[in-house]
Amino acid sequence: MWEQIRANKRNSIFLMMLMAMVLLSLGFVLGMVFGGGKPEAGFIGLMIASGIWLVLTLISFASGDQILLAASRAKLVTHDVHPQLFNIVEEMKIAAALPKMPKIYIINDPAPNAFATGRSPETASVAVTAGLLARLNRDELQGVIAHEISHIIHRDILFVTFAGIMLGSIVLLSQVFLRGMFYSSLGGSRRRYSSGGKSGGQEQIIMLVIAIIVAILAPIMANLLYFALSRRREYLADAGAARLTRYPEGLASALEKISSDPAPQLDTANKVTAPMYIVNPFKKKGQMKLSDLTSTHPPISERVKILRNMTHGASFKDYSNAYSSVTHSKAAIVPTSAMTKEQVALRQAQEKAVKQERKENQTRQIGDIMRKVNQFAFIPCACGLTMKVPPNYKSKNVTCPRCHKNHEIPNNK
Amino acid sequence: MLIFLGVVLVVLVLLVLFVIGIYNALVRLRNQVDNSWSQIDVQLKRRHDLIPNLVETAKGYMKHERGTFEAITEARSKAMGANNVSEASKAEGALGEALSKFMLVVENYPELKANQNFLAVQEELSSTENKIAFSRQSYNDQVLGFNNKIQMFPSNIIAGMFSFTKRDFFEIENAAEREVPKVSF
Repeated sequence: MWEQIRANKRNSIFLMMLMAMVLLSLGFVLGMVFGGGKPEAGFIGLMIASGIWLVLTLISFASGDQILLAASRAKLVTHDVHPQLFNIVEEMKIAAALPKMPKIYIINDPAPNAFATGRSPETASVAVTAGLLARLNRDELQGVIAHEISHIIHRDILFVTFAGIMLGSIVLLSQVFLRGMFYSSLGGSRRRYSSGGKSGGQEQIIMLVIAIIVAILAPIMANLLYFALSRRREYLADAGAARLTRYPEGLASALEKISSDPAPQLDTANKVTAPMYIVNPFKKKGQMKLSDLTSTHPPISERVKILRNMTHGASFKDYSNAYSSVTHSKAAIVPTSAMTKEQVALRQAQEKAVKQERKENQTRQIGDIMRKVNQFAFIPCACGLTMKVPPNYKSKNVTCPRCHKNHEIPNNK
Repeated sequence: MLIFLGVVLVVLVLLVLFVIGIYNALVRLRNQVDNSWSQIDVQLKRRHDLIPNLVETAKGYMKHERGTFEAITEARSKAMGANNVSEASKAEGALGEALSKFMLVVENYPELKANQNFLAVQEELSSTENKIAFSRQSYNDQVLGFNNKIQMFPSNIIAGMFSFTKRDFFEIENAAEREVPKVSF
């Protein structure tokens, strides 16, 4: 496991250095343009660019996970709200030997999805949508949680956050520049007269053209790097999930269910947070056929096929073999240093019954999960009816609408 | 001369730092092994704690299954009173078997299976079974990492110097139980 983390770190540091170079050269070129082509001005631009990046990084380090969770409107839950979810997370925590139990959040959204966040394994959080809880059975949910826990132990969250911030700063800088150019060109060519002076008018125009090209290309390059970073990590997290649960079929069928779900896309996700989710939260039509380079996630059908091809065992080596037989690519998806000789046997399904319920039932379940999250009181009546009382309900008693029996509301002041 | 001494000194310092690094890594791995071993005990204890709750909830519904209940309670008290490791592992195995038998019997009582309290206990119990299995799995993972480190070059030299010894894997003696607890709840 440690080799795995180390190899991951090396790859990510390399990719992030490339991104940092994109960011710094963008700053340099923009500084040159605004400073009238002087190299000193270029360095000032470089410093401003790294300053912006530093501030954003500090903010995200201090409270990045909180911002993300708040932006997805996730609610922290306890064991009582959803015991099964809580138990599964604890099981995976034990399997992965995490130092601390991750915090668990539920998102009020019918679209099934999940993500993990946090700086380190000690401060990690796992968030799942209510739609996911309603649709998956125990084995499938375990697969999804194992995938998220793998992200945590591979330190993917840290790198995704870091890379996301860098991407954000690059996009910010180039947007500011391009818009600035647009408006100043509308306002006439004042600048050229004031700063251009006698010499180097032509040079400055060349500079300007270069700057515009760089400002357009930089975000694209950064995006490509970001996607390369995140896609590889999805495969690795799948491999980790199979190894933790010893049951690749759980995750495979969960992915299948999630991808075939008719619910609309998650509304609280955006472009930068997309790589954090277990499946791409944007499922516009044609997303699958879009060039491999521009997707944050590998195609789900491929991930499912790889997992189902793991018939001999659940180790990283088995995943790697399945990967090459499915994609016909020779590139090793798992770092060779992580593939120690180990025999990891598969296990049987734990749950026979497949959760194939009707749509109305699922919708009601999603509602119930959210009511529990929002601290509704659930009061079963003898006639078979269950009353769900909101926490701000004033009275101490409630009458059953079917049999008119009076019930006391527990814990209501 | 001075240069030569300086080089020797730098090499020595680097060597010491290297040894310290590997030594610390070994200690960390060994502590992880110990910690995951204690995790197994935590989960086994939790199973003991859950059983009275389970028996209490199910008793009212299953009046004709006194033998099953007795088997469970007896296995539990044996497991709790075990004095050494081999005795404990035998007793825990018997308890696991008694529980899976009980869960098969439950299939005949649809009323019990609809009871909310029972479902809650059942979820806790099946999750505890999983946690036991996963903590054993995690223990074996940690042992594998530790043993690899001890046997591989160059850490094997430092392991030999400070007498780190290989750990044993957790093996289930009963071949039938090796098939992973197939307690289908």
